[in-house]
Amino acid sequence: MKTIKGNIASFESMGLVDGPGVRFVVFLQGCPLRCAYCHNPEMWNKSEKKIEMTPQQLVEKVKRYLPYFKGEGGLTISGGEPLLQAEFVTEVFKLCKKAKIHTCLDTSGYGEACDELLDNTDLVILDIKELDKEKYYGLVGQKMDKFCDFLRKCQQKGKKLWLRQVIVPGFNDTEDSVLKLKEFAKTLKNVEKIELLPYHDMAKKKYKTLGIPYKLEDVPNMDKQKCEKLQKLLES
Amino acid sequence: METAWKGFKGNKWKKEIDVSDFILQNYKEYRGDDSFLEEATAKTKKVWKICEQLIQEEAKTGLLDVELKAISGINTFKPGYIDKKNEVIFGLQTDAPLKRIVNLYGGTRMAEKALAAYGKQLDVDIKRHFFEYRKTHNDGVFDAYTPQIRQARSAGLITGLPDAYGRGRIIGDYRRVALYGVDFLIEQKQKDKLTIGVCSEEDIRLREEVSEQIKALEELKKMALSYGFDISKPAKNAREAVQWLYFAYLASVKENNGAAMSLGRTSTFLDIFIERDLKNGTLTEKEAQELVDQFVIKLRLVRHLRTPDYDEVFGGDPTWVTESIAGMVDENKSLVTKNSFRYLHTLINLKPSPEPNLTVLWSDKLPSNFKKFCAKMSILTDAIQYEGDEVMRPIYGNDYAIACCVSAMKVGKQMQFFGARCNLAKALLYSLNGGIDEVSGNLVVEGLEKCQDKILNYSKVLKNYKKALEKVAKTYVDALNIIHYMHDKYAYEREQMALHDTHVERLMAFGAAGFSVVVDSLSAIKYAKVEPIRNEKGVIVDFKTTGDFPKYGNDDDRVDKIGLEVVQYFFNCLKKHHLYRDAKHTLSLLTITSNVMYGKKTGSTPDGRKAGEPFAPGANPMHNRDCSGALASLNSVAKIPYADCCQDGISNTFSIVPDALGYEEKSRINNLVNILDGYFVQNAQHLNVNVLNRELLIDAMNNPWKYPTLTIRVSGYAVNFNRLSRAHQEEVIARTFHEKR
Repeated sequence: MKTIKGNIASFESMGLVDGPGVRFVVFLQGCPLRCAYCHNPEMWNKSEKKIEMTPQQLVEKVKRYLPYFKGEGGLTISGGEPLLQAEFVTEVFKLCKKAKIHTCLDTSGYGEACDELLDNTDLVILDIKELDKEKYYGLVGQKMDKFCDFLRKCQQKGKKLWLRQVIVPGFNDTEDSVLKLKEFAKTLKNVEKIELLPYHDMAKKKYKTLGIPYKLEDVPNMDKQKCEKLQKLLES
Repeated sequence: METAWKGFKGNKWKKEIDVSDFILQNYKEYRGDDSFLEEATAKTKKVWKICEQLIQEEAKTGLLDVELKAISGINTFKPGYIDKKNEVIFGLQTDAPLKRIVNLYGGTRMAEKALAAYGKQLDVDIKRHFFEYRKTHNDGVFDAYTPQIRQARSAGLITGLPDAYGRGRIIGDYRRVALYGVDFLIEQKQKDKLTIGVCSEEDIRLREEVSEQIKALEELKKMALSYGFDISKPAKNAREAVQWLYFAYLASVKENNGAAMSLGRTSTFLDIFIERDLKNGTLTEKEAQELVDQFVIKLRLVRHLRTPDYDEVFGGDPTWVTESIAGMVDENKSLVTKNSFRYLHTLINLKPSPEPNLTVLWSDKLPSNFKKFCAKMSILTDAIQYEGDEVMRPIYGNDYAIACCVSAMKVGKQMQFFGARCNLAKALLYSLNGGIDEVSGNLVVEGLEKCQDKILNYSKVLKNYKKALEKVAKTYVDALNIIHYMHDKYAYEREQMALHDTHVERLMAFGAAGFSVVVDSLSAIKYAKVEPIRNEKGVIVDFKTTGDFPKYGNDDDRVDKIGLEVVQYFFNCLKKHHLYRDAKHTLSLLTITSNVMYGKKTGSTPDGRKAGEPFAPGANPMHNRDCSGALASLNSVAKIPYADCCQDGISNTFSIVPDALGYEEKSRINNLVNILDGYFVQNAQHLNVNVLNRELLIDAMNNPWKYPTLTIRVSGYAVNFNRLSRAHQEEVIARTFHEKR
């Protein structure tokens, strides 16, 4: 049997906002999307080899953080786009379930997810880039079909969902836009939470170093208080 | 006694001094939440407002006033008040708030230097008499110092030694005065004295000391009487209990100027008196909080006269009035009471403040409501430190307290000989340079081999480093034996020791700075290529390090294990030497803010740190090298063994950006509780928690007036950020802030 190795961009041993409780977060290398506001452009290129690890090695590392999980926290795999390395993620999550570690997939939903992967996933954090097909293409540079397929599959499997959206001034920072998201969420089962994340330009420097043009050069940071106000619309 | 103790259970503590038994027999654990807490009363607000103004006034020059016509002593000052009609707890160090005391017993030069820094001069008569007729601790120490010690001291190999000022880190069991009254304590001491022989120097010294202790207790009574209180008998109610206890502490800070003058573990003890009064209907919750608030106001006013040199080592004018809160009795029951909440609540009623140094003895088994309250207060105030009860309780039992930052001791049963710290990073450079100081070029440690290699070889370096550690340990032990011999002789803490058992156990606390610099340097030598760069005299003054190497602070055993080997080895070196008064060896990884000064005095190191750059504080990983997130950093520190090795404490300071801790308050609180639980369950010992942004600190550095009460935890204590020097502020800002990715 061949051993699958994951291509890991980096780790964060203390993720406190990417799922319930304290999370060990793994960022996988490679992403098919090119979102204008992406703050990890260094993780785009899937053929760039970073940290290679077997599922066993990774889970051993995760287990070092069991004292902090306390039955609530666990592992979150993010990226990049984790679905690009679905086979690796599946093996990791299977091992986690054996070790009673909560598993969370932080994804844009752009990719193939086999049954086995979702069966071993406790929570899906799904980034709703856009609801409008054309705007979606404009923002991420890909068609929306794969996202729709992934979401359908999560619904069939009854997966718990946290929805997320980055709020960018001038793009989707209106009440109207947020209310549409709310309506959309109502059509879904098992949505536990919707989080609006205010856009910030802290990644600008990374783009400069990488020599990639920054698409949102003239867009200001999203006002945090305004974003909180929009967030309230979702709660009422 | 009978009326004062009415309603209190138990017998053992009534027959002999046993405060711990009294607490266990009578305290009431509180498992509820913080909703019972009351705001500050009008009286408290009035008193605190006056103090706040004085504190701000003081901050402008660093000194408000100093008494020049009297020197330290329990009864050398008239009673002082802030606003007599609104004060509830009475007593000041001198006759006016924030007026400092000149203490000459530690050393006259230090006191004169401190006064001169503020353009002041001591009364001529005092000066003439004292300087002429009295020998000081400092004089004694320098009479006995060896050339090796002097060299090590001036090179910055061993510094911060208490050889010119009070050693501190002694906690009197101030509770004894409230529970028993002074007369009973004097009787016990007299009985003890009868049992001490006269066959040895030890015995004779102890006989003299006990007599001094009794005199100090008499003086304590007299001092309290000058404020109108007779403390010869036990306190009859909560108000008296707080007042008696405070007088006992006050006498200690009138008489001594130790680096750390810690309070002990008083909150749950006092809760017993408060509960009794609440039940009798003689006290309301509002009044209970008032007692605590006003007591804390007094503790916030404690000051000592310091020199600018001293401030360079311990920035921000700290006094370490450390109070240890909570902890467990055993596996099942905690020592949390309503008063544990009231103490922490002073950070709201009186705004955040560095003092008293509020220290929560953490266990994952503490009541969940209390844990959440602590986390909430940390997030709001950055003023609390946490120490692992699960790792200390097996060693010290359930009635220990923290002196200074991280030093545990059984209250009233153990005392510490404070030993500052030695510079492990400099020792590494000495092991390469044959004992020659890389900055001055002087030979400081004899008998070490000079490294002639072009590329450093790990096993060879380690072998020579161990040899250097052996030599440093010897010099270090010699210095401390001399210092504490002389301190006992010339500046004995009579009143504090009167509030200890006569046959006290002594701990001698050694310390090490530069831990993470050494660990990363050795890792660089082992895993990367390190070429030494020599000056024209052949002294290594820099290094060229090529290639990557594992760094301490990423939960990576390849490097973390090097650290364990170093501390374990150094501690064993220390243990080879006998200590004054049969003290027990302990070791800490704690720098306080001296990491900046140590860095300044140390040349470039193989880990890539350049000459003069600060060390990381305490046991912290080096700034921004812990890049796998905060928990990996905590896991690395948690590996350092406390029991039987670093038993004087392993200090770790942790700064996290609020947004990284969670999006809303509730999850921030839960997450912080989980982090503390997860860290301490791994037998970690200490954590300072700051929840703040780097930008805020930069703004505070440039616009201090915007942040008059900004309190942050640095290394074992909290400081008002504005009172740090620019160099210290910059070092704090350069530290790792764990952010969201």
